[in-house]
Amino acid sequence: MLKQRPFLIEALTALGLIAAPFVLPHLGFAPDTVNRILVWGLFGIGFDILFGYTGLLSFGQSAFYGTGGFVAAYLLTRAGFPYVVLALIIGMVVAAAVGYLIGLLALRRTGIYFAMITVAIAEVFYFVEFNPLAHWTGGENGLPGVPTPTLYLGFATIRFTTGWSLYPFLALCYFIGIVLALRIVRSPVGAIFSAIRENPLRAAAVGHNIHGYKLAAFVIAAAYAGLAGGLLGVLQAFMPPEAFTFDTSGQLVILTAIGGRGTLFGPLVGASIWLYLQDYLQSTLGLGAAWKLALGLVFVLLVSFLRHGIIGGIKDLYHFVSGKARPAGTEEPASLPGLDFDAANDAPGPGAGGAATAQSAPARSRSASGFTGPILQATGLSKYYGGVIANADIDFSVNPGELRGIIGPNGAGKSTFFKMLTCEVPPSAGKIVFEGRDITGMTVTEVCQLGLTKSYQVNQLFNRLTVRENVTIAALAELRGKFKLDMLGSLQKIPGLREQVDHTLELVNLVGRRDTPVSELAYGEKRRLEVGLALASSPTLLLLDEPLAGMSPSERVETVKLLKSIAEGRTMIIIDHDMDALFNLAERITVLQEGRVLVEGTPDEIKSNAQVQEAYLGGVHGVIDQ
Amino acid sequence: MITWTNFVSQVFNGLALGALLALISSGLTIIYGTLGVLNLAHGAMFMLGGYAGYVAYDATGSFVVAVLAGTLFMLVVGVAMERLIIRHFYDRPHEDQLLVTFGLGIVMVELVRLFFSSLSKTVSPPAIFSGITKLGFLFYPTYRLAAVGIVAVALLALYFVLYRTRLGMIVRAGIEDPVMVDSLGINVYRVFMIVFGIGSMAAGFAGIVNAPVVSLTPDVGEAILVQTFVVVVIGGVGSFPGAVLGGLIAGEIISITSMFNPGYAYVMLFAAMTLVLLLRPQGLFGTRGRE
Repeated sequence: MLKQRPFLIEALTALGLIAAPFVLPHLGFAPDTVNRILVWGLFGIGFDILFGYTGLLSFGQSAFYGTGGFVAAYLLTRAGFPYVVLALIIGMVVAAAVGYLIGLLALRRTGIYFAMITVAIAEVFYFVEFNPLAHWTGGENGLPGVPTPTLYLGFATIRFTTGWSLYPFLALCYFIGIVLALRIVRSPVGAIFSAIRENPLRAAAVGHNIHGYKLAAFVIAAAYAGLAGGLLGVLQAFMPPEAFTFDTSGQLVILTAIGGRGTLFGPLVGASIWLYLQDYLQSTLGLGAAWKLALGLVFVLLVSFLRHGIIGGIKDLYHFVSGKARPAGTEEPASLPGLDFDAANDAPGPGAGGAATAQSAPARSRSASGFTGPILQATGLSKYYGGVIANADIDFSVNPGELRGIIGPNGAGKSTFFKMLTCEVPPSAGKIVFEGRDITGMTVTEVCQLGLTKSYQVNQLFNRLTVRENVTIAALAELRGKFKLDMLGSLQKIPGLREQVDHTLELVNLVGRRDTPVSELAYGEKRRLEVGLALASSPTLLLLDEPLAGMSPSERVETVKLLKSIAEGRTMIIIDHDMDALFNLAERITVLQEGRVLVEGTPDEIKSNAQVQEAYLGGVHGVIDQ
Repeated sequence: MITWTNFVSQVFNGLALGALLALISSGLTIIYGTLGVLNLAHGAMFMLGGYAGYVAYDATGSFVVAVLAGTLFMLVVGVAMERLIIRHFYDRPHEDQLLVTFGLGIVMVELVRLFFSSLSKTVSPPAIFSGITKLGFLFYPTYRLAAVGIVAVALLALYFVLYRTRLGMIVRAGIEDPVMVDSLGINVYRVFMIVFGIGSMAAGFAGIVNAPVVSLTPDVGEAILVQTFVVVVIGGVGSFPGAVLGGLIAGEIISITSMFNPGYAYVMLFAAMTLVLLLRPQGLFGTRGRE
């Protein structure tokens, strides 16, 4: 595959950009069209990081395109600022700053709400440009007379003017833009962007501050938009007010979807097709205004039938022709390009070692900070949903190194109890102390960073990423903390990451499946990966919510072995309905019933306890019958 | 110069715009609430309803026929759109649904532009509603007053369907939990189709009722769509009362601000939305987690 050679994509891009002026005129591309394609392509790189990688569909990018454009154009025209390149950079910085403020607001909501809010914001910018700020922006007249750049190289001065003369400047901007974007998507931050797209809930639960990362993606997109907006002014020698219209945002979305999202090059491909067809339909076919109708129809068909755009379609074709067709129904695994550790060198035989023989992962040493006493202590923990009591007045404590089991009939409040312990839901009353620290009211991310995490009852995985990428994302949270903007760093260079990922994969016995996308795993494998995600952040206290649920008898045996092996050196609490397995594993058992602690004791005590037998065999109802 | 007369007349304008926004937003919000699809073509459907009515008006000269034609045409378009396209997007990510409805909106707008050009078309109000009514010290266009009444009747009808009929009960249950409704043995897909039809009809009806107030152009839906989004964000997604109250708030904000400076109408609207997002992110009548 292409991605295994470093800098290949960069080199090919450079070659393509150099070759374009010699090839494209023969295909009927006017120089102005090529230049506009580059501006759209650059605009789209940032948008693709936001939409294709992070999964946030914004219909408001025109706000930042216009902001960057008008700031640069204002500086260069009315303010008489002489340095074109510097003005473009200032425009970009202002757009990014505005993006930060708008992002703070728009990212309060996700999904549909986010899309609607971005539309509304962009529309406001348009009106502000026209009215309150018309004095600075020229209102509906725009700002004419934007100069073209000149580069002083000491020995020579290069003047870029219009057409092919301006092309090298735009091509250089695009090239720098794509090189930076490739670095970003291959960095740890890029990996977390993909995790947020796939499963924001889990990305937060493994310890990443997803709001911070979303905001980062939003600001990146705004910066690219700002620069592209400035270049639009330079290209047309005029800053048009249309840059701010909803149409601009919409067209960007269309171009990206046509070309292929999550590819970085999608918008460039989309823009080439769009602008070329626009010229062709308008002039050659004489369709006049109907060209937009034709393109609208093409767009609807593409979205309906070619989900991943032109680039996605070409990839599928490549896989089909080369015989590596993916099984039907699987999504294109959106791989993290940075994760190509040299796979050939170190692949042990599949399944070698296995769960039982792998040595336990070291739990974090931070628990040795002189703290003694119970590792977790909950007092008076209660949760009410309206009049429904999920948990009432639970006192619960676990000592370091203990393996505790929790059982109880369905509806006893076990999962709610776990959700409160991991701070996924705030308790209605009560207090939770972890390693001597009051964690009540903290977020799930903060608690995970402290070393308390959970594997979910229903799998919460990053479905389109591979097994190794999944584990990497969890491990990154521990190694990098909850938020760090090493956007230009490399995943390979994070000390200890590779060891931790490999070790976790060994523990959960998924070494042989590490490059398989999650969507292709068997159920039992997904369950093990679910535990692996929790393990990869090296928790001192690990909660497991029904790890054996839905497993076949042979899978159960294997998973019990796995649980025993990971219990060494850490504290674990396990909820399960498989009593035999739990009595065998746990040192002490807590029984919950109707939201309260019924009884607590060793497995033998629990087995012979009359109350427990009643709870499970319906004895309670027997009492009522009397 | 701002006078009392001016102010009251703007309050009326706000009421008219607000009622209209309430009706369009109700359509959008019940479609989203039930089907989980945000219809970006909703503004275009508002426009299309206006044009369908215009064609009927042009042929018959009757405003009543125009309203009926615009409304029924959009019902048919809505049902066809759901059956042929939207249905295949229920299992696909939200982003794909946004993309396809966005594309369909463009197709509608450009089709209308192809047949009717970008020049504006006018529909005259019926004779009994033409002219000006004297309201105490204020003279006000009769049709605008009538439009408030007509839209209010439509909103009441929608309320009746949603809250007083078996279908409405199913729709409201579907907004809370479509999977549960499905497992109760109700054909959810049929309900989805009907809801999409009703939502489209509401947009179409609003489109033709509004046609005599503002002249028709192919782009008339775009601004309305954005205002509708603000209404839904303020009112809360999936909430009919939220859409009504949000619509009225948005209408008044736009009208009253326009009295001082039209350029700030959107800014104020946006400020109201920001305030709601900061203080009550789920919207005035919204439920947490429904998005």
